[in-house]
Amino acid sequence: MTPSSADYDYIRRLVQDHSAIMLEAGKEYLLGLRLQGLMTRHGCADIPALVQKLRSDRSGALSREVVEAMTNNETSFFRDLHPFETLRKVIVPELIRRRAAERTLDIWCGASSSGQEIYSVALTLREHFPELVNWRLNIVSTDLSREMVQRGRDGRYSQIEVNRGLPAMLLVKYFERSGMDYYVKPDIRRMVDFRELNLNGPWSGVPSRLDIVFMRNVLIYFEDAVKRRILAKVHDLLRPDGYLFLGGSETTLNLEDRLEQVQLERTRCFRRRH
Amino acid sequence: MGKRALVIDDSRAMRRVIANILTERGFEVLEAENGQVALDQLEANPGIEVALVDWNMPVMNGYDFIKAVRAQPKYARLTMMMVTTETEMSQVVRALAAGANEYVMKPFTADALVEKLELLGLL
Repeated sequence: MTPSSADYDYIRRLVQDHSAIMLEAGKEYLLGLRLQGLMTRHGCADIPALVQKLRSDRSGALSREVVEAMTNNETSFFRDLHPFETLRKVIVPELIRRRAAERTLDIWCGASSSGQEIYSVALTLREHFPELVNWRLNIVSTDLSREMVQRGRDGRYSQIEVNRGLPAMLLVKYFERSGMDYYVKPDIRRMVDFRELNLNGPWSGVPSRLDIVFMRNVLIYFEDAVKRRILAKVHDLLRPDGYLFLGGSETTLNLEDRLEQVQLERTRCFRRRH
Repeated sequence: MGKRALVIDDSRAMRRVIANILTERGFEVLEAENGQVALDQLEANPGIEVALVDWNMPVMNGYDFIKAVRAQPKYARLTMMMVTTETEMSQVVRALAAGANEYVMKPFTADALVEKLELLGLL
């Protein structure tokens, strides 16, 4: 059943206040899809019952759960493939040359969800660039959701998840099976520092200068003022020869003119305008 | 004409599921119910570019099929993807060592199959 507009508005405001993520009008059906499990856990028969419970949620715990469930966690290993090809063929070789003296790379994934994206970056570095073994790799992955951050730290994935985009050769080399799940091996897990972070709040823990930023398919959920704020901060942290990856439908155009688009192979990246 | 794929599975329903996913992406699909029939199909249809191979089948299983294909240099360019209920890591290792190029575990989503085809450069 589609929720009433008052209930939808209540949840929409809640999500926006806690995450700055905008839920569009016409997406009312998402409430049922995303919140079903949570409603069952909390004994709510329907959305009105959940909203009633939220209104008296003094601790904020239920509100937080709803925000986490409503923010999009769709992800897969090597999602869209070509950004990782570009990373491997163009960007990392170039940065290895440019950073040969300092032997440091700072990488941030700003919406890591359950960790597949940043592990895809880590696996690319480990598999194709053995020369980086003696470098200082500072790889930070952040997400709004505490649950997602923990999932990333655990590096535990279901069969359905390792089926998605992960080359079988990398599965057997860098994962181990326990029970029904597959775990990222500890030496890869140790490469990534997972942290909780709201992109619309203070950015504590984000490296102060960045060589590579992955922020794919997250800006689409923010209103323009928030997008501008985020992109301005990315610009300030990005090194002059660093690269920003956005989602396929995302751009900096009319939002942050100090970042310019560059086409590398099949991938659109963004750099500081010189 | 699209790329030619050979779907090898003793379950007719599973062959249909996979064939539908491939056909929607422009593949021309041939089918075989076991490894032996698949070898005959390969012989009769030299243009096949990719084989999607179940593991457990009567007459000739998928693992033996892959070994048989890799023993013949004329099929060196054939891409093979195991699509199976075998989910133990040791089985994935065996399949890759025998010559499989990719591995998909059942049950799978259409997205999972398509992403593996992209990894193999077939889409």
